[in-house]
Amino acid sequence: MSSPTSTPGGRKRGRNTNPSTPSSEGPTSPPSQRRRGQDSSTGDLMPMPTSPATDMLSPAAPQDNSLLSSPRPSVLPNEVDMSSPLMYGTPSSRVEGTPRSGVRGTPARQRPDLGSVRKAPQVDLQSDIRYSPFLVQKRFLQRFIDLTSTEDENAGLDLNEPLYMQKLEEISVVGDPVLNVNCLHVQSFDAELYRQLICYPQEVIPTFDMAVNELFFERFPDSILEFQIQVRPYNALKTRNMRNLNPEDIDQLITISGMVIRTSQLIPEMQEAFFQCQVCAFSTRVEVDRGRIAEPSVCRNCNTTHSLAIVHNRSVFSDKQMVKIQESPEDMPAGQTPHTTIVYAHNDLVDKVQPGDRINITGVYRAVPMRANPRQSNVKSVYKTHIDAIHFHKTDEKRLHGLDEDAEQKLFTEDRVQTLKELAAKPDVYERLSSALAPSIYEHEDIKKGILLQLFGGARKDFSQTGRGNFRADVNILLCGDPGTSKSQLLQYVYNLVPRGQYTSGKGSSAVGLTAYVMRDPETRQLVLQTGALVLSDNGICCIDEFDKMSDSTRSVLHEVMEQQTLSIAKAGIICQLNARTSVLAAANPIESQWNPKKTTIENIQLPHTLLSRFDLIFLMLDPQDEAYDRRLAHHLVSLYYQSEEQIEEEFLDMAVLRDYIAYARTYINPRLSEEASQALIEAYVDMRKIGSGRGMVSAYPRQLESLIRLAEAHAKVRFSEKVETIDVEEAKRLHREALKQSATDPRTGFVDISILTTGMSATARKRKEEVAQALKKLIQAKGKTPAMKYQQLLEDLRGQSENAITKELFDEALRALADEDYLTVTGKTVRLLA
Amino acid sequence: MMPSTHDWINNPLGVVEGMFAASQNNPNSGWEAKAVEFFKDHLKEKDAHTWVPSLNDVPLHYLKPNSLVKFRCLIQDMFDPEFYMGVYEAVDPSTKAKVLRCGKYKDVTECGVDFDSRNTVTAERQTFYCVPIPGENPWVKESYAGSSQARVVPSTSYAPTRQKRSYEEDDDMDDMDTQMQREPHTGPQSPTEQHGNGDCKRRETEAPSSQTAPASHLDLNFPLPGEKGPSCLVKVYEDWDGFKLNDTLEVFGILSVSPALSALADKKDASSSLLDPTECMETAEEQRVHSPPASLVPRLHVLYAKPLPHNNPLLPSATLEDNSAFLSSTLSEMASVRAELLTFLTPILLGDALAAEYLILHLISNVYSRRDVLPLGKFTLNLSGCPTVASYTERFYQIIQQLVPSSYYLGMSLQNMNQMRFVPKKDYSANRLVSGALQLARNTSLFLDETQLEQGQLDTAGVRNVTALGNLITWQKVDYDFNYHQMEFPCNINVLIASEGRSLLPSDCQIHLQSQITPPHMEEYLSSIHVHPQASQLNKFRMYLSVARLLNYSISDEVTKSVEDDFVDMRKDDPQSISAEDLHRMLVVARLLSLSLGQTSLSRDSWLRAKHIELLRRSRMEQHTCVNGNEP
Repeated sequence: MSSPTSTPGGRKRGRNTNPSTPSSEGPTSPPSQRRRGQDSSTGDLMPMPTSPATDMLSPAAPQDNSLLSSPRPSVLPNEVDMSSPLMYGTPSSRVEGTPRSGVRGTPARQRPDLGSVRKAPQVDLQSDIRYSPFLVQKRFLQRFIDLTSTEDENAGLDLNEPLYMQKLEEISVVGDPVLNVNCLHVQSFDAELYRQLICYPQEVIPTFDMAVNELFFERFPDSILEFQIQVRPYNALKTRNMRNLNPEDIDQLITISGMVIRTSQLIPEMQEAFFQCQVCAFSTRVEVDRGRIAEPSVCRNCNTTHSLAIVHNRSVFSDKQMVKIQESPEDMPAGQTPHTTIVYAHNDLVDKVQPGDRINITGVYRAVPMRANPRQSNVKSVYKTHIDAIHFHKTDEKRLHGLDEDAEQKLFTEDRVQTLKELAAKPDVYERLSSALAPSIYEHEDIKKGILLQLFGGARKDFSQTGRGNFRADVNILLCGDPGTSKSQLLQYVYNLVPRGQYTSGKGSSAVGLTAYVMRDPETRQLVLQTGALVLSDNGICCIDEFDKMSDSTRSVLHEVMEQQTLSIAKAGIICQLNARTSVLAAANPIESQWNPKKTTIENIQLPHTLLSRFDLIFLMLDPQDEAYDRRLAHHLVSLYYQSEEQIEEEFLDMAVLRDYIAYARTYINPRLSEEASQALIEAYVDMRKIGSGRGMVSAYPRQLESLIRLAEAHAKVRFSEKVETIDVEEAKRLHREALKQSATDPRTGFVDISILTTGMSATARKRKEEVAQALKKLIQAKGKTPAMKYQQLLEDLRGQSENAITKELFDEALRALADEDYLTVTGKTVRLLA
Repeated sequence: MMPSTHDWINNPLGVVEGMFAASQNNPNSGWEAKAVEFFKDHLKEKDAHTWVPSLNDVPLHYLKPNSLVKFRCLIQDMFDPEFYMGVYEAVDPSTKAKVLRCGKYKDVTECGVDFDSRNTVTAERQTFYCVPIPGENPWVKESYAGSSQARVVPSTSYAPTRQKRSYEEDDDMDDMDTQMQREPHTGPQSPTEQHGNGDCKRRETEAPSSQTAPASHLDLNFPLPGEKGPSCLVKVYEDWDGFKLNDTLEVFGILSVSPALSALADKKDASSSLLDPTECMETAEEQRVHSPPASLVPRLHVLYAKPLPHNNPLLPSATLEDNSAFLSSTLSEMASVRAELLTFLTPILLGDALAAEYLILHLISNVYSRRDVLPLGKFTLNLSGCPTVASYTERFYQIIQQLVPSSYYLGMSLQNMNQMRFVPKKDYSANRLVSGALQLARNTSLFLDETQLEQGQLDTAGVRNVTALGNLITWQKVDYDFNYHQMEFPCNINVLIASEGRSLLPSDCQIHLQSQITPPHMEEYLSSIHVHPQASQLNKFRMYLSVARLLNYSISDEVTKSVEDDFVDMRKDDPQSISAEDLHRMLVVARLLSLSLGQTSLSRDSWLRAKHIELLRRSRMEQHTCVNGNEP
C-alpha cells in the first residue's frame, strides 16, 4: 500500500485510451506543465457535468464479459470498480481479503454523497494523482497543528499536538467513523491539495478516506469500527452565498449558508440491484447509475435471455433525503426574493437538519440534464441542479443555550477594519456616530447617544460562580413623550440597523408572541417550540412600540427578561429556560395623549415602577419650544425635502459603516474597568446618594450604579478602547443625569427624585399623602360617633378645613390609606368606620 | 403578409442563429451582445415597438410561436436561476454530422443532443414569473391596444402540424374557461374567441383531455382577485440582478409555447416519475407552478426589457428629460388643466372645492425618496364624511379609475378584512410567492372604502391585514411573509381612504367632506353626477396627472429661509399650533401644490397658498371636532 495511487492511476489510463477522452499526457512531461494543462482542461470540463452516455454502458459490458469467468459473481461489480480511486480498497477487499489489517477487516460504506466515479466526468486525473494527494494528505493528517484553534469541537485537545491525529484517537474511543476536516487547515498546510480538493472532490476525498483509514488502522490496529472512516471536509471558502453559484461551480466542493425550509421523507435509494436468474438461480449485481438500472438481458451462466428478475430485499439501498435550503435573509439584496437550492443528504446526514435551521452546508454542486423523454426527440435544454451534502454545520444550534461566536463573527476585510479603526481614532467619534444615527430625526442628541450606547452594550460578566448569575450587559431604554415626536421612527431605524432586531407593537403583541409558545406542527404532529420576539432578538434589540398599550400580563413577562435576561416557559410539557439577552428599546405615549408637565413620569405613562426601574435610561421626547430650536428644525426638515440623495450621503456616515462599526466593537472590544474609572464610579454613586439624603430622600439605588457601569463600558466600546477610563464614566454620568433630569424630576418640587421611578411616587408626594390621611382621620374623629358618612360630604369638609387644595385623587388615596389601617371602609358613596 | 424587413419580428431566432453561426469561426466575436444590440436598435426605430404584437392584447393563440412579442408586466415572483445548454452538439438527422447549436432563447433542444460533448457550454439564466400589471384600468389597456400596429393574422398559428394544433386549442379552451369564470361578457374579440371555442369543442374528442385537467386547476397567482390576462415565465439572460420584485417592465422577447414543455410536465404525472428519483423530489405543486403548460403560461425569452417609469399610454415613451418639447408644452398648460380638473372633481366631491384640491394633490403624490426609514413624498388622504347612500364611494372610485392608469377598490368589509390575503406569503411546498392584494406596482391607487366596515370581530388574519395596511400607509412598505422570517419590500402606493368618521387607519392628511347638498336630495344628486366627460378632456387629465408626478422639484435657499421664518413665527405665537409633523405635511402639500401647477421649484406664493389651504383644512377639522365631540 505504499503508493496505492499508482494503481488506479495506471488503470485509469487504461480506460482513458477509449476514444471519448482525447488527450492523455505523456508521463514524462514536467509536473508543473502538466498541472497547467490540467487547469485548462478543467475549464473545458466544467460545462459538461455528465459522463458520456455511451461510455456508461459500453465499456462496462465488455469488462463484465472479460471477468465473467470468475466463479464468484458477487464480487463482479466491485472488481470492475477497482479501476476507480473511489472504490479502491473498498468492498472488494472485504471478500478477497484475509483480515490481516484493520482496513481490510472493516467494511467500507458507499459514499452516495460523492456518487460513483463512473458518473463523474472523465477527469484526467493522472497528473493530479501523480502529484500524489494521498501522501500529502497523510502528511497533513500526521502533522497539522492548529495553534489558534478556537472551535468548540476541539475543546479538550492539545493544541500543540497534531490535531487530526488526536481526532483519530477520539474516533477510536467513540467509534463514530467520521472525520471532519476543516478546509482552511488544508489550505494553510498545502495550497495545491486544497485546490484539488475543491476542484475534484469526487476523486480527492476518496483518497483522503484511504489515507485516513490507513493511518488509523496503523495506529489502532485492534479497534473495531462499523465502517471505514469517512472524511468530511467543511468550510470550503469557494462560495459563501447561494446567489453567487454559477455554472463554474458544478462538480466542485462548495460551502454555502442558508436556512432549511423543507425536508422530505426518507427515500431509500437503490445503490446496487440484485438480479437472479429464474432458470439457474445465478445471481448478479448491477450498480445503479443515474437513477437507472441496466438490467442484464442475458444470464451469463445459462445464456437464457430475459430470465433475470430483481430481488429487492437483497439489493443494496442507501438513505437519502431531499433538503431544501433558502438564502438567509441577511445575504439578500433588497427587493429580490430569496433563492432556494435542493440538497441531497445521504446516509447518516439524513434527518440531521430540521426546517428553520440555519446551516452551513458543504457539498458537491451538481447539474443533471433533464431526462430525455423516450417518446420525444427533443428535450428541455435545462439542467437540474442540486448539492450532494457532505457536511452540515448548524449555525444557530447554540443560540438557545449560549453565545455562538461563530455565527456572530462577521468577517471584516482588512481594509474595512482599517477604516473602522481610523474612524475610532477620531476624537469626535462619539458625536459622529450619534449624529449618523437616524439622521432624518432632528436633534434629540442625548437620546441618540443613549441609543448608540445601547447598540454597543456593556461588557458581559459572569458571576455565576459567586451565585449572582450573569450580569446584565444590555442597556434598556424607554422613550416617552408626546405623540408625533418621531419615537416610532427612531424605533424603526434601530430595528433596521441591527442584524438581530425585532419590532413589535405593544398593542398587537401577546405574551406568547413575545416569549415563546409550543405549537403542534400540522404535518408531523410533533410539538415544536416557536420562539417569540424577545427570544428572537437574543443578542439584538427588541423594539417595542406603544409600550403603554401592552396588557399587564404581557408586560409581566418583561420583568424576567429585563433583569435576569432569561425566559422561563412551562407549557404543554415543555419546561425550559431560554436566553433572551436582548436590549429593550421601548416607546410609550402619555396616558392623556399629551404629556402633562405637572405630573411625574409614572403618572403620565401609568407603567408599574417595578418595570420602570429596569430601564437604564428613560428619556422624554418633548417639544422643546424654543425659537432657535424651531429654526434649526425647520431648516433640517426643509432640506430633507429638496436635497438629493447624494448630498445626504455626503453629510452623514453611511448606515453600512455604522453597522460594521457596531458589529466590530461588539465582537472584538471587551473593555474592563480601570482603577481610576472604578474610583470615579464610586464617587458618582456616592454623589447621587448624597443629593437626596439632605431632604430625606434616596436618589440612587444599586441598580443605578450598575447602569452607570454599563453605560461607561459601552462608551469605551465606542472608542474601541479595551479600558474603561474616567472620560467614559463622565459621559455615562452625564447621560444618566440628563435622562434622570427628564424623567425623575418631581414636578412639585423641581428636584430629581429617583424614588419616582423606584417606588412610583416621589418622596414629597408620599409625605403629602400621609399628611392628608392624618388630617382626614382627625376630621372623622372630630365628628364623633357617626358610624357612616357621605363621601361627598366628607370631601367637602376636608376641603374646607385644609389650607392646601385637596384633589379628589388625593382624597381617595387618603381614604385608601386609612382603609389599609382598618380604620374605615368605603362602600359606594358611604364611608363607614370600623370598630 | 409582412414585408421581409420584419423578419426580425417574425423569426427572431433566425437572426440569433445567423449571428451564432457567423461567430463560429471567430470565438471572440461577442455575438451575444451584438444580437441584443441588434434588437435594441431595431426597436428604437420610429414606431418599431408598435409593430411588435403584445401578449397583453392579442390572444395567445393568435401569436406565432418563436416570434418576437412584447409584454407589459409586473415581476410577481423570482424563481431560482437555471442552468441550460448555451451551446450543444447535436447530430443532424439528414447528414449524420455533428453540428453545434445555440441553445440561447430556447426552451427545447433539437433532437439528437450529445450530452457528453466537450463542446457543450452551460450557461445561466434567471426566470421571473410575471403577471399583467395589477389593477390596470380598461382605458390603459384599450389605449395600448389601439396604438398597436402589429398585424396578427390568426391563420398563422393554424398552419403547423396537427400535433401542435391540439395544444393550441387546448390553450384556447383554458383561456376561455378562465375568462368565462371571471368575466361573463367577453371583450370586443368575442366573436373570434367564440369561434375558437367552438372549434375546440369539435375536436375535443381527438385531443386527449387529460392534458387540460392539471392546467385548468392552475392558479395564475394574480395579486388582485378578478384579474385576467396571461401570465408569463420570463427568462432573463443578462443583468438579472438589476430587476426587483414588483418592478413594472415592458419585455420584448421570443415567445415559446412549445408543446414539448407541457408534454414533459404532463408525463411526470403519469408513469416516468417512478424511474427518476431526481425529478420526483419536487412536489406536484411545485412542478405545476414552475413548469405549467406553455399553452397557459407561455415562456418569453427576453431580448430587451424596458423598465416602465409610468404606465400611461398617452405619454411619449421617451423620458421627460429627453423630450423637452413635450415637457415645455405640457408645463405651460398645466395650470389651466388643473383648473379644469378642479371643476370636474368638485361636483363629484359634493361641491367641496377644497376637498377636490386635496384630491388632486393626492393623485399626483409619489414617494420620491427615502431617508433611512422615512418615505418622503407620500400623501395618504383620508376623505371623511363620505355619504353612505347610493353607493357614493363606488361611484367616486369609478371616476378615479377613469383618471389613473392603475387602481384597485378595496371595500373594507369585515369579510374582506378577515378573508382576503393582503400580504404575499411564500408557499414552500409549491416554492412560490403566493400573491396578495398589497403586491402592487408603483403608483397604483389603492382606494380603501371604510364605509363598508361594519361592527363585528376581526380575527387574527383581519388584525394582521389592518396592521399591514397601517404599515403600508406609514412606512410605504409591506412585510412579505416568508414563514420563518419576514422580508420588507418597499412600495409606492397611493392610498385613499373614504370613511364616514375619521379612519381607523393612519393617514397623512384628513379632510372632512363639506357637502353642499342637503341629505334629502343626496340620492337624486348622486345619480345625476354620473358624468361622462369627453374623451379628449379625460385624456388631458390623465396626461396631466402622470406628468405632474414625474416632474423634478427643488427649493431655493431663499424660500427655505422664508419657510424657516414662517415656522418660527408660527411657533412663537402658539407653540401648540404647529408641530414638526405639521411642518412635514405642509412641506409635502407645498411640493405637491407647486407640481400640480407645473412649477418645478417652490415659490413664495405656492408656500403661502399651501399654508392657506392647510389652515382651511385644519379649521374645518376643529369645527368638525366641536360638532362631534367624542371624536379624538
